[in-house]
Amino acid sequence: MHTQTKIANRLTTLFETKKKNLLNIYFTAGFPALEDTVTILKALEKSGVDMIEIGMPFSDPLADGPTIQQSSEVALENGMSIKKLFEQLAGIREHISVPIMLMGYLNPVMQYGVAAFCRKAAEVGVDGLILPDLPFDEFNEFYSSYFEENNLSNVFLVTPETSDKRLKQIDESASGFIYAVSTNSTTGGAKDLKQAEGYFQKLKDANLKNPLMIGFNINNKENFDFACHYASGAIIGSAFVKAIKDSNNLENDVQNFVAGLR
Amino acid sequence: MQYSVNEKGYYGNFGGAYIPEMLYPNVEELQQKYLQIIYEPSFQAEFQQLLEDYVGRPTPLFYAKRLSEKYQTNIYLKREDLCHTGAHKINNTIGQILLAKRLGKTRIIAETGAGQHGVATATVCALMGYECIVYMGAVDIERQKPNVERMRMLGAEVRPAVSGSQTLKDATNEAIRDWINNPADTHYIIGSVVGPHPYPDMVARFQSVISEEIQEQLLEKTGHSNPNYVIACVGGGSNAAGAFYHYLDQLDVKLIAVEAAGKGVNSGFSAATTYLGKPGIIHGSKTLLMQTEDGQIVEPHSISAGLDYPGIGPIHAHLFDSGRGEFFSITDEEAFKAAMMLSRTEGIIPALETAHAIAVLENISFKKDDVVVINLSGRGDKDLMTYITRKEEFMSK
Ligand SMILES: Cc1ncc(COP(=O)(O)O)c(C=O)c1O
Repeated sequence: MHTQTKIANRLTTLFETKKKNLLNIYFTAGFPALEDTVTILKALEKSGVDMIEIGMPFSDPLADGPTIQQSSEVALENGMSIKKLFEQLAGIREHISVPIMLMGYLNPVMQYGVAAFCRKAAEVGVDGLILPDLPFDEFNEFYSSYFEENNLSNVFLVTPETSDKRLKQIDESASGFIYAVSTNSTTGGAKDLKQAEGYFQKLKDANLKNPLMIGFNINNKENFDFACHYASGAIIGSAFVKAIKDSNNLENDVQNFVAGLR
Repeated sequence: MQYSVNEKGYYGNFGGAYIPEMLYPNVEELQQKYLQIIYEPSFQAEFQQLLEDYVGRPTPLFYAKRLSEKYQTNIYLKREDLCHTGAHKINNTIGQILLAKRLGKTRIIAETGAGQHGVATATVCALMGYECIVYMGAVDIERQKPNVERMRMLGAEVRPAVSGSQTLKDATNEAIRDWINNPADTHYIIGSVVGPHPYPDMVARFQSVISEEIQEQLLEKTGHSNPNYVIACVGGGSNAAGAFYHYLDQLDVKLIAVEAAGKGVNSGFSAATTYLGKPGIIHGSKTLLMQTEDGQIVEPHSISAGLDYPGIGPIHAHLFDSGRGEFFSITDEEAFKAAMMLSRTEGIIPALETAHAIAVLENISFKKDDVVVINLSGRGDKDLMTYITRKEEFMSK
């Protein structure tokens, strides 16, 4: 086991200063239009979200439901790519102060090169990565040093089926926060969050060293508040993507969506 | 060189389990238990008996006299087309349904391309009284209609996959998403040597009965258990893995894998993965993969739904990488012509997938005393509409 150097970035600072009701909004880069990425980022910052997760579209998003599948497909048709995203994000830190995470599937990152990807992400001001299909062992064995060198948090997912032992292991390797998937589902599901109460309580009582954020199936203020009762905050993706899908005025629609959650 | 899987689930640089956490408990359970379960005497007894009495094994190894004369060598056809349901796919589904039973699962999901794996899954679910849902690309539902009706008659629900190219890759995505949403009661019966570890190895073991029988049958017929060549088509590569399995370490046996070139390897409409692919991750496995520079998976093309897949099982990526396997690709037209030729030469109408393996006879020069085994992975009934409607296009040339 390697000894982890301490990662300190906007994300870790946020969790030190604010412990409750953190709102993390996910959106797909390059959607609805290719050049909307930065517009949405600015609108989100302005509307007062606590952190932002930018989805890097992938042709075969296994863990995603129809909404994010579709936004990914459109984004790719629009010409989105990792290269393009890094171009869009260059200079972004002149405008955006909240923590930014990149979320995506491993294959495009592998093709870019994991080391180069981590360097570039840090260079444009990204604070952490969420790569759901990057195996935990492989991260520890091959990639954790790239994250550390670039001060990037690596966020792992846990689910209702994750064993207590594995939860502890994941907590040891994670930095930033633990992403608790609310129910057994792909993104954008409509399962009843209340059924997850026992699992949320277990996580809350587990005394994890990392803060906890709950995501998946969270689509309104009621769900958001419920999740926040057990965690530092919650993550909203599909509901936001749906809300801006046909937007003619991104700034307004983003503002209204976020206001509806607070 | 090791050609079988290592304890971490890798074949050389390929394999592994690149899955989101949502799938981890199910995949880990399989990793921990699959070998123990499938080598239990009670499992083996039930498996062997079903292979014999229900599937109809051993399948014949047929000396194809007229074909041998045509190619001036000695060609044997391993008759997987004579398995119940018409293809090798059922060897695997029998194994996996017995495994699902022992894991206490009550609901079965599967993906299918040509519909052969879907039919084989629907069949074992009917046999064992399981709920069965088969995901199939909308394009494949159109081109393999008879198999769709067979699945429905067997009591399975066929759900169309409407994303992407609406073929095998997309059906697999949908099946994986279903599994994420239903982890507790559901077992996913993958139809080829693809997916996260342990699927590639597990499916290869269930299919390995093919080469086990070839060895015995060849010994009896020729006095030697090793042929000079074993030839099989590769979609994901399960029939090939089964036909190669007991020969992997017998270096005197040439292993020939045949991929679908579609309209030509450089036409932009191809499924020739080893030719066009680079290492990448698809459906939880690191393998060769047709993809863009940005790592997006490319939509493949083949006339044969069962070969219309942008990846390849990690065992085959390793056989390619290490040089142990020799890879050929065959166009739609060459496969079509080979199907017509085999029908008239030996009275066997092959599946379009299988026809790719037959067609490669044109590309290899054999010695007169070579012994060549072709794995005849399936029969052509399901492809009759394609054989009828595209005859003019291909056979007038
Ligand atoms: C008859 C037949 N052969 C071959 C294949 C390709 O699969 P694999 O490469 O796993 O053998 C299929 C798949 O549907 C098939 O039906």
